[in-house]
Amino acid sequence: MKISLFVTCLSDTLFPRVTESMVRLLARYGLQLEFPELQTCCGQPAYNSGYWDEARASAKTILDAFDDSDFVVSPSGSCTYMVHHYSSLFKDDPVYLQKAELLQKKTYEFSQFLVQVLGVTDVGATFKHKVTYHPSCHGSRLLGVKEEPMELLRSVKGLELVPLPFADDCCGFGGTFAVKMADISGAMVTEKVDHIVETEASVLAGLDMACLMNIAGNLRYRGEKVRVMHLAELLYEGLEEKEVKQA
Amino acid sequence: MSTEGKMSVKNRARLALNNDFLRSAVRFTTERLRSGKIQASADHGSWDEWRERGRQIRLHTIANLDYYLTQFADNARANGVHVHFADTAEEAVQLSLNIAKQKSAQSVVKSKSMVSEELHLNKALESIGVEAVETDLGEYIIQLADETPSHIIIPAIHKNRYQIADLLSKEAGETLPPDTSILAGFVRNKLREKFLDAEIGMTGCNFAIAETGSMVLFENEGNARMVTTVPKTQITLMGMERIIPSWTDLEVMATLLPRSATGQKLTVYMSGITGPRRDEDGDGPDEMHIIILDNGRSLQLGDPEFQELLNCIRCGACLNACPVYRQIGGHAYGGTYSGPIGAVLTPALKKNVAEWDDIANASSLCGACYEACPVKIPLHDMLVSLRRRKVEAGRGNKLEGLGMKGFAAIMNNSKRYRAVIRLGKIGQKLVARSGEIRLKAGPLKGWNTYRVTPTLPKHSFRDKWPTLEQEIRGGLQNMPSGMEQRLQNIMKDRNKGGGS
Repeated sequence: MKISLFVTCLSDTLFPRVTESMVRLLARYGLQLEFPELQTCCGQPAYNSGYWDEARASAKTILDAFDDSDFVVSPSGSCTYMVHHYSSLFKDDPVYLQKAELLQKKTYEFSQFLVQVLGVTDVGATFKHKVTYHPSCHGSRLLGVKEEPMELLRSVKGLELVPLPFADDCCGFGGTFAVKMADISGAMVTEKVDHIVETEASVLAGLDMACLMNIAGNLRYRGEKVRVMHLAELLYEGLEEKEVKQA
Repeated sequence: MSTEGKMSVKNRARLALNNDFLRSAVRFTTERLRSGKIQASADHGSWDEWRERGRQIRLHTIANLDYYLTQFADNARANGVHVHFADTAEEAVQLSLNIAKQKSAQSVVKSKSMVSEELHLNKALESIGVEAVETDLGEYIIQLADETPSHIIIPAIHKNRYQIADLLSKEAGETLPPDTSILAGFVRNKLREKFLDAEIGMTGCNFAIAETGSMVLFENEGNARMVTTVPKTQITLMGMERIIPSWTDLEVMATLLPRSATGQKLTVYMSGITGPRRDEDGDGPDEMHIIILDNGRSLQLGDPEFQELLNCIRCGACLNACPVYRQIGGHAYGGTYSGPIGAVLTPALKKNVAEWDDIANASSLCGACYEACPVKIPLHDMLVSLRRRKVEAGRGNKLEGLGMKGFAAIMNNSKRYRAVIRLGKIGQKLVARSGEIRLKAGPLKGWNTYRVTPTLPKHSFRDKWPTLEQEIRGGLQNMPSGMEQRLQNIMKDRNKGGGS
């Protein structure tokens, strides 16, 4: 059985710790992930901006990389959902269309993979912090990953989960939107961070590094001390924290 | 404030972002409407089933629009209604003006109609010396302010009660307190005279029922009922897509529309009107006209990416759910229709699409509009389609186009991708300070005005992978047998046609 890692360009280049945590966490269940180096970016920046030829050039690396994988797991709901667009992106290319339809069926976002595929809702972590959670739009709304991260967070011992006001509102990232419509995006991330600060949580958790980079960027800009973590990082750190104590 | 087509959406948004009154007023009301909608749909119990039913009714109607339009027009005519078809806004305006002239009308009272806004009909009526009076409270306020509506169902959403008190005080010639019931009372008295004086009552149309040739209006203030009962002549303006086949279908729409719009189970008034006053009727107009407007709508028919746009029931739920609308309000969209639906509908209805290219950029593609939509229109996908069509038509930003070519050249080859990351690590040394970039210039200007940018760490994940893989392989245990079985089962199901 071949279980492959869809690292996503952002986690590969800027946030390698996230994917590393994910890999180490999954290894505890006996999963040896493989990493096809052919993969680059899912193509979403080009796709969303309307440059579909360019998106296809990038997306092909993903389709080729995971050709013979049985399961594909990714630390991003948004990049996972991008795979769902591949069938419209390649509707005129029978070879890649077939690959696209297959890949959509076998690709999972990290928390979705843990809960739905492995059947794990409690990784056995301890994390004694006040945590709030931002559900990223593509993962929660379009991919439908809503309950999985909440279940995983609720099972963490010592973790105090506080609700984030207006949690479902977009953080304002939106890819090139944040650059093209910088002031609107800025207003959105400012409001998101206002609500995060309101919760008095010491950690903000999420499932998409693009959104978390946006939020963390504004938090840092404002000098706020809230720590921003991908759920995989939080869970893995929570396991280590526990083991350090036990040792 | 009509800003149509004069400024870029970016600049219009900037104006809105600097207007604290607007932003707090918009937030206040959209929050109220949005939470009302969420509550009402949860209370309903099987919202998603009804939503799907609503979608199916709309899909079916639009797919057979020619049939239902003919049926509607035939039945309405049999009821004694004058039915007119207008291909363009100009034609619809001309038809309305002709009726006004024919009736030697001095005054027209109007209930809320977005089609009328689309036609800029008030200005046209005034140009031939006919007074046009909006009787929906929000529309009345907007008319006094000489503005356009900034929301599909709450036209004056961008104004707070202090601003409204100022406007109405001017009209009253005395200072009115910012007390909503006193302000509404003033307008009620004022409008009562207008209802009695007007020769023509003009309405929009929420739904047109094909099987009986009837038109249905949803409202909360009772003004539409006055407009359709007091004046001798009634003109109803409707978009050609307002049709539904039957009264049974209306039950579904009447369930979806008020809940989605305001969180109400039903609006205060719902009027079904089938033809002018009959001899046995106590009131109602002697003459009734229905003007059915195309104005770019039929262009969507047969377009696989945009036909569903005609399914819209104009509830405004997508505006209330939209995090962009929440920040900038409706005028920033520049057209008659605002919010996510406006961002798609405005360019779709216009022939000069190029002038409206930039509205599709005013979205983070978060999908809140789709989630809120009672008939599940995939507005987020349509926004991407608009962007793609712009690029395909060669109207894309040249610099962005070059950037995307570069993106493709790097991203279609993992070796090149890796080389570029290495270059990035060298390049960032020029601008990075203690692990972050705060430079507010060049491509980072907009981003860094609100954030700091992280730097590329020394090793990417793929740099670390060989060591990490070795380490993990060394300590790997067997997968729990139950888990292995789960994976096998999922693969089996997938091959049978299931999957995630």
